[in-house]
Amino acid sequence: MAAADTIGLWSVPIAVLGGAVRVSTPFLFVSLGECITERSGRINLGLEGTLVMGAMCAYATSYLTGSPWLGVLAAGLSGAIMGALHAAICGLPRVNDIAVGIALMLFGTGLAFYLGKPLIEPSAATLPAIELGNWSDIPQLRDALKVNVLFLIGVLLAPALMWALRSTRWGLIVRTAGESADAARAMGYSVNLIRLRATMAGGFLAGIGGSFLSLYYPGSWNEGLSSGQGITAVALVIFARWNPMLCFAASLLFGGAAALGPALQSIGFSQGYQLFNAAPYILTLVIMIITCSPKRTLIGAPAELTITK
Amino acid sequence: MALGRSIGGAAEYVVIPALALVAALIAFGIFVACFGKDPADLYFYMYQGAFGTWFSWQNTLTRAAPLILTALCTALPAQLGMVIIGGEGALLMGALGATAAALLMPGAPPLVVGVAMAAAGMLSGGLWIALAGGLRHYRGVNETISSLLLVYIALAVLNHLVEGPMRDPTSLNKPSTREIGAANMIGSIPGTDVHWGFVFGVVAAVLAYVLIFHTVFGFSARIAGGNVRAAKIVGLSVGKLILITCLLAGAAAGLAGMVEVAAVQGRANANIAVGYGFTGILVSFLARHNPLAIIPVAILLGGINASGGLLQRRLGLPDASVLVLQGMIFVSVLMSETLYGRFRIFKRKEA
Repeated sequence: MAAADTIGLWSVPIAVLGGAVRVSTPFLFVSLGECITERSGRINLGLEGTLVMGAMCAYATSYLTGSPWLGVLAAGLSGAIMGALHAAICGLPRVNDIAVGIALMLFGTGLAFYLGKPLIEPSAATLPAIELGNWSDIPQLRDALKVNVLFLIGVLLAPALMWALRSTRWGLIVRTAGESADAARAMGYSVNLIRLRATMAGGFLAGIGGSFLSLYYPGSWNEGLSSGQGITAVALVIFARWNPMLCFAASLLFGGAAALGPALQSIGFSQGYQLFNAAPYILTLVIMIITCSPKRTLIGAPAELTITK
Repeated sequence: MALGRSIGGAAEYVVIPALALVAALIAFGIFVACFGKDPADLYFYMYQGAFGTWFSWQNTLTRAAPLILTALCTALPAQLGMVIIGGEGALLMGALGATAAALLMPGAPPLVVGVAMAAAGMLSGGLWIALAGGLRHYRGVNETISSLLLVYIALAVLNHLVEGPMRDPTSLNKPSTREIGAANMIGSIPGTDVHWGFVFGVVAAVLAYVLIFHTVFGFSARIAGGNVRAAKIVGLSVGKLILITCLLAGAAAGLAGMVEVAAVQGRANANIAVGYGFTGILVSFLARHNPLAIIPVAILLGGINASGGLLQRRLGLPDASVLVLQGMIFVSVLMSETLYGRFRIFKRKEA
């Protein structure tokens, strides 16, 4: 408490910075995953369910095997399976991808709560942190700069994905399916197969985002673990204009917003901190209000996407 | 002619969702069998807990009441081609509005308080969803995402108010508002334990049906839902249609919140947020957004909810098993969309 007095109110921006790094990771992974899926012309609103399933699978695997990294892998695989389910159902004629996403959101959370019942009590091995703040002697700053490996992977993944979507054959095929299903078909590709792979890849990343929740921060499994991070990340992709680097920037912004409530609470600002917990959602709405327009279609939007039609 | 066509197609709209429901029940039976439970026991206890006794029937109807109202919150905007999934948020705001109204008028006659609670609840919920509708029409913000974000914002507002400004200082373990008072509770339908909220729900569903299928307003809304450009060409004010429809939709869910306060909880606290709004989405989709079909479907889903307790006690299934089954039903119903028009028996002979 003494150290908090010496730096006074500076502890708030430092905690927000730390929060931006810590809380942004699930946003980052879900939004990068959704970015791949939406670039292929389909929207998966079910990533909220995927996130919770990923968190549960990661915790269970880490508890049973003692290896948190196997947990991360299991979370990714569970996400890929959820993605495959979404893509398979959407591949049927006349089935709406938004409705399927809502259904899988409910199914995924229900299934995770069901299977995760026995996991609320025991504690599993969690992911290690890398201390990047050892040069500083302010404990708050050192705390804020404790970085998880998954965050670093996410930071590298964003430009890699940007490059892959722009410059590789694979990225071109995904974007073609997203801009014009007919064009992709004319080139001899199966649009359903491309979207199946893109949705599975998106689900894999979203599942890993979930593993961060249960294995690092907050670092335990309970039913209130995710409160809309999945759906916020889906909205985030829209105003990040389907650009992975902007997804990264937006995730940091959101992490900071989500850390505002706890940061204010820690300096004794207890009045109305519940309202600050709504900050990420209000921020999402406000940014969507500013960036959307009823008159023009969004710049950078894949033309096949139902949500912008 | 319209009547003949609707009867011709009606069989398809009953049989296919029913098949989807049966498929989901079978899948759920297999699911619990994987955990070493006997599916036969599962179906027996589900039936017992939902419709087996007069007691379970009453439990089922009590749970169906908020489901009818929250399902309308998805079904009405669906006529305009909008997918609103924020019924839970409107329910929470309705509960808060109704509670605030009751607490602001101590000493007023119960009937006045009841009317004020219903009005405040419907207005709070209505404005909440109208916000999502307005953002969609005037700013192009996707209504599915914004309505869901509004659920989380409503939850934060509820937590803030019951832990702060509206908190009853004597509620220590579970922060709550003050009680609205026993005199202001709406009672049960005579001879039953089912509260009047069920009647509110049925009346609201019938009114919604009349509005959509037997008024010019509903006809205009369905035109706009089919083709916005055509609606504009014939001079319909699409913005007004969207705002009024969303206001009514939110009002229905807000009324569900009022009913939960005035008939069940007696005060507003976190117990209000048990997911009726989310189950309502499923009810609306299963009923194909038809307000009259919502009534039996809500009773069915209310029954599944009601049987959860028995499944927990007798079979040792976790309380989330109801959520798993709901998810399976939802997935199954959406998959069945692809079956329409594929069965020859439903096709009417060409005259």
